Amino acid sequence: MAPVVQIKDIHKIYESGEVPVHAVRGVTLDIQKGEFVALMGASGSGKSTLMNLLGCLDRPTRGSYYLDGIDVSGLEKNELADIRNQKLGFVFQGFNLLARTTALENVELPMMYGRSRRHSGAQIRDRAMHCLDIVGLANRADHFPNQLSGGQQQRVAIARGLVNEPQVLLADEPTGNLDSRTSIDVMGVFQRLNEEGITLVMVTHELDIARFCRRNLILRDGVVVRDEPVQNRSIAAHELSRLKEAEAAAKLIAGPPA
Amino acid sequence: MRFTNIFLVALRALRRNTMRSILTALGIIIGIGAVITIVSMGNGAKARVEAQVAALGQNIITVYPGSFSSGGMRSGFGFSQTLTTEDADAIAAEVQDIDGVSPEVRDRNQVLANGLNWNTQVNGESPDYPYIKNWNIVQGAMFTDQDVKSLAKVAVLGKTVVDQLFPNEDPVGQTLRIRNLPFRIVGVLDVKGFSLFGSDQDDVVIIPYTSHMKRVSRRTSISSILVQATEPEKLDLVKQRIEDLLTQRRKGREPDFTVRTQEEIANVATEQSKTMTLLLGGIAIVSLVVGGIGVMNIMLVSVTERTREIGIRLAIGAHGRDVLLQFLIEAILLTVLGGVLGILCGIGASEFASYYFGLPTLISPLSIVLAVAVSTVIGIFFGFYPAKKAAELDPIDALRYE
Repeated sequence: MAPVVQIKDIHKIYESGEVPVHAVRGVTLDIQKGEFVALMGASGSGKSTLMNLLGCLDRPTRGSYYLDGIDVSGLEKNELADIRNQKLGFVFQGFNLLARTTALENVELPMMYGRSRRHSGAQIRDRAMHCLDIVGLANRADHFPNQLSGGQQQRVAIARGLVNEPQVLLADEPTGNLDSRTSIDVMGVFQRLNEEGITLVMVTHELDIARFCRRNLILRDGVVVRDEPVQNRSIAAHELSRLKEAEAAAKLIAGPPA
Repeated sequence: MRFTNIFLVALRALRRNTMRSILTALGIIIGIGAVITIVSMGNGAKARVEAQVAALGQNIITVYPGSFSSGGMRSGFGFSQTLTTEDADAIAAEVQDIDGVSPEVRDRNQVLANGLNWNTQVNGESPDYPYIKNWNIVQGAMFTDQDVKSLAKVAVLGKTVVDQLFPNEDPVGQTLRIRNLPFRIVGVLDVKGFSLFGSDQDDVVIIPYTSHMKRVSRRTSISSILVQATEPEKLDLVKQRIEDLLTQRRKGREPDFTVRTQEEIANVATEQSKTMTLLLGGIAIVSLVVGGIGVMNIMLVSVTERTREIGIRLAIGAHGRDVLLQFLIEAILLTVLGGVLGILCGIGASEFASYYFGLPTLISPLSIVLAVAVSTVIGIFFGFYPAKKAAELDPIDALRYE
């Protein structure tokens, strides 16, 4: 079976400054369907640039990128927009939800711009509600982003990423703005989605977060220096109960009756 | 379907940002409302001036006695005593295309009535006078040709004189004494107000010119002759005929008269009206510019602060075109809504001004069209242009925008 993501010797050079910045220097990578990949690396290692390339938000300077069998490296703006809409879901570090727009309407948004499939208003609504239900926020559908916690906002963003049934769900530091407990919550959502067969790629610089994934890629200076499966994978449910015990011990929350 | 989706998205964006939408629309409302109100006030003032010009009477030609020389000293116009009632009769009998002739004798006199006295203008005129001056009689009637022939002691009073001498009673049928001669009051003139030159036109007593010359002023010459031409186009022709006739009657003597058309007399007023129009245009342009800049600012600021939003939309698969369409729809909705409310506000404010402050207002459809067109164009352009620039960005750059 062909890989969902297939990139060959991809380069990205930023020409905007005085000196051209060679952010990605020849990455070759295959990601199969159903994988759960963490891209790791220090600041400036090129992981976010690679993520933007994977997410079709940016175009590579050199190299080829096949997404679900389509060569997307040579596509123009609007075609890329359609690819983002139909094949990809994107979760950002800063959530990037539309302000003063309900959770439900935020989730509906990608379907509003959908080209190939045509939905009635009711179908759009049902599909968005279903996705909110997947991330456990069906009861918050008519809340505005500023009425939701960070973890809840990120889950709305995940629901928005899922709504068009993408080939790959990409997440750029999805836990970067969250505390450890909500981070585990969000990783739990990702693990559940992955179990259901959704391909996930996320960027993180936190080792313990990367251990929730199945495969870790380490980038340094724009090249992949390590690519290995995760041993001793963290399971969100276990981590959560461990964290609860630790917090109870520290009297942060009410512990189980002694 | 796709268009309806974008329309829905635009509508949601407007609804979710009620305050921003209201402020934007408010800019347009005030811009359009101000232009409509100001122009309507200016138009009203202009119309009032023009009405005053019309109240001078229409198509009037006035014959004045010319200057005369006496032993080397030259008098100004109007001081010689060369114009006679025969001249007036000749004009009435021989000049074609005229509707009325009134020889005028002007004088100031102390008048007494009802135990009160008042110093006023006493004018001798013909019965054509109210007709020529477009001046209605509101009580009683004008004196007749018969009264002129018989040197009748009858008078028609202006409103100011009535107010001064008969504060609480009907003057018609009562007696007015001019130089101790009793005149029977037969009519009262309508209120005409102040003339363009500031004198109270209602402060007047009108009697037959013959009675004036024989009984009151004892003059043999008349002050001027009012002639009304049948239509404006004939003014110059009639003027020429009068000049020819009077020259002929002078039999080779130096012309001692001057013929002027009302147009020349009213030139001052027309100048005033032109100045008003210029002033008005200036004010309208300034308010349009101010309103336009307000709309521009709000649109520019609101679109610029929405660059991130545009980035989000692009990142989840909107085409640049979709975003543009959304902003275009938003701008159109806001300008149309603001435009309609602005028109209503403008009309309302005009009505309010004329009702409560007695300002004359006249709403000009042109000002409405112009104000709406300018604000709409500005609103749409400045709602559209920054959105276009933002939509052309790469989604990554738009997302990073702070």
